[in-house]
Amino acid sequence: MSAASGTAVWFAQHEWRLAWRDWLSMITAGRRERLRKVVVGIAAFFTFMHVVASWMVGRYADAAIDKQTLIAVTATALLSWLLMISQAMESITRAFYARSDLDLILASPVASDRLFGVRIATVALATTMMALPLAAPFVDVLIVLGGWRWLGAYGLIVAMGAAASALAVALTVALFRVFGAKRTRFVAQVVAAVIGAAFVIGLQVAAILSYGTISRVAVLQSDTLLALAPDVGSVLWWPARAALGDGWALACVLATSMVMLVAAIAFVAPRFGDYAIAAASAGNSSSAVVRRPTAFRSKGSPRSTLRRKEWVLLRRDPWLMSQTLMQMLYLVPPALMLWRSFEHGSGALQLLVPVLVMAAGQLAGGLAWLAISGEDAPDLVATAPLPAGFVLRAKIEAVLGAVAVVFAPLLAALAIASPWHALIAGGGIAIAAVAATAVQFWFRSQARRSQFRRRQVSSRFATFAEAFSSIGWAATAAVAALSFWLALIPAVLSLLVLLGAWLMSPRSRDA
Amino acid sequence: MQHATTPLALEIHGLIKRFDRPAVDGLDLCVRTGEFYALVGPNGAGKTTTLRMIAALLRPDAGTIRIGGIDALADPVAAKRIVAWISDEPMIYDKLTPREYLEFVAGLWSVEASLAAACANELLDWLGLEPHADERCEGFSKGMRQKVALAGALVHDPRVIILDEPLTGLDAGSARQVKTVLRERAQAGGTVVMTTHILEVAERMADRIGIIARGRLIAEGTLDELRAQAGTQANAQTRDAASLEDTFLALVAEPAQAA
Repeated sequence: MSAASGTAVWFAQHEWRLAWRDWLSMITAGRRERLRKVVVGIAAFFTFMHVVASWMVGRYADAAIDKQTLIAVTATALLSWLLMISQAMESITRAFYARSDLDLILASPVASDRLFGVRIATVALATTMMALPLAAPFVDVLIVLGGWRWLGAYGLIVAMGAAASALAVALTVALFRVFGAKRTRFVAQVVAAVIGAAFVIGLQVAAILSYGTISRVAVLQSDTLLALAPDVGSVLWWPARAALGDGWALACVLATSMVMLVAAIAFVAPRFGDYAIAAASAGNSSSAVVRRPTAFRSKGSPRSTLRRKEWVLLRRDPWLMSQTLMQMLYLVPPALMLWRSFEHGSGALQLLVPVLVMAAGQLAGGLAWLAISGEDAPDLVATAPLPAGFVLRAKIEAVLGAVAVVFAPLLAALAIASPWHALIAGGGIAIAAVAATAVQFWFRSQARRSQFRRRQVSSRFATFAEAFSSIGWAATAAVAALSFWLALIPAVLSLLVLLGAWLMSPRSRDA
Repeated sequence: MQHATTPLALEIHGLIKRFDRPAVDGLDLCVRTGEFYALVGPNGAGKTTTLRMIAALLRPDAGTIRIGGIDALADPVAAKRIVAWISDEPMIYDKLTPREYLEFVAGLWSVEASLAAACANELLDWLGLEPHADERCEGFSKGMRQKVALAGALVHDPRVIILDEPLTGLDAGSARQVKTVLRERAQAGGTVVMTTHILEVAERMADRIGIIARGRLIAEGTLDELRAQAGTQANAQTRDAASLEDTFLALVAEPAQAA
């Protein structure tokens, strides 16, 4: 049954239908006949995650509400919340700038603030719905082993989703006012990525600071932190207490987050149309003037022309550059580790090598997608009088060149600390970069550069193959730093991943 | 008007391309050097597929394509050297300026730098792009983007220009400018092959018109010759006054009825 047109419920139905179809299309990669397989795959993965969760958190099921538990739960929730804020900011920015149906809505005689209110609420719902399946295995295990009190964790996730969305709305609007419509998209996406990266970096930093202890998060149990932390009765612990089954704390946390969300909707929804119009106007503003080149540079070979084009396009697109180089944020923990190694002369360099190799694989994968699949003028390049494979070789050179530029300084610093580790890391970086590029080459499919963020849903297999290959080469490098011959085992496994990727790729069927 | 003795710029025989169904089905087509040839046909007739095969963007299932005497399937690189392709959706780089775009295209075609620079300046001026030559293309209108793509196609001085619906979405001023450029190019000895849905454009600009339906060339010639071919099923009065639209509809109706 359909609600009266123009009402908030009617808009909610409209949004729900769009979101559902979008989600279906995303998980099935646009092929509805795959749905059954996808559901079976998700169920298998979910079951597997429950096993992993029982191994990871099972022993904490009976944890008492003391300072140490509250610190651990709060830190986990805080890091997860950062990820949710990042996700919500992305969604809100997209809602401002995506033109899809805004013209239609703003030109219609309905009160558009109702739709925008619904749209913000949808962002909150989507943010929560994305967090729930990730957290569910852990919460389920805690409920089974520790009792119903852990149901409060689900309530906390709902509250975190609402509060994250409210904060994301406030942050985005603040950026809109400070930076203006033209720059907000870029700044908001960078801020969102930095906040999101903070989650992973936070975990790694905690692990690094705990290096040498049995627990990876020993820093959260240190005496210093315990001494600095507020008393168990403090309001700051309410979210953690809510997760641990304190009904009163859960009610307060839920109420606060809902008030935040309603306030954000009430404040922003009536102005949403203005922001959207300003964003659209910014999109049509005149383009940047580039300094006129002194000479026409077509002296180089077609290969150097292609390489130069890739580098110029990357350099001139701050959004793409930020999306690509954002992965370099993950190098902050290794840098910290390097610094600690210089300071204490510890054996932590052993851990640095795989992180560098992993980061190189991920960076190369992103750049390779941009260069190989994200060609905005494919017809032009395809009709150029160049032999088959020539263009691809030039693009691959551009990718590997960029990776080399990024990692050379880190390798140089590492070489000062330990030439052996630098050598192993250098080899691993080169292999991981080539492997990730190869995966992108095998799974290449034409797309616009602006679809960079969708690359991971266009071929799930390529995404997993790229990730597992990088992990495999990282492991190989880590083991190689200890024993060269032992490293053959992960190396063979990594090669098998690549072989599997090639066999599953459309290119192998063409061959 | 080109004579039958003029060398052929494009020669296609028995061209076949199938997707789920035959898109191009045994097409034979010849275009003479210096000729302006328009390919018209209903939606899904196989026009774009044909042009994409000529531009080496699609590989035919069967048939031969010779461009300027070069076997384009056996030696695609040599054929590409003398061909330029422009699609209905101009594909240019948003983050490059028109001047940089031309520099890039000249680099791909290995055009000598000083020659390319002079040609680029001339084209930018000719197409009215000079004031925007050092602005990034991201804010350009469709007409301006099409002009940048056209300049890119001309900067390497191709002997054959292939265009797929080049006037779609252009305003009257931009469309006239593009038409003028193409006409001048043909008059200067270049060969232009283009598809269009705007029959008036084909009628006014083309030396010869080919009508394609269901992947086959069903009629070809000057407007008068097409009228004569269509006249087999029209009376004399309508035949003499028939526009290309009438002629086109009469010609494409026949295979449709036959099917």
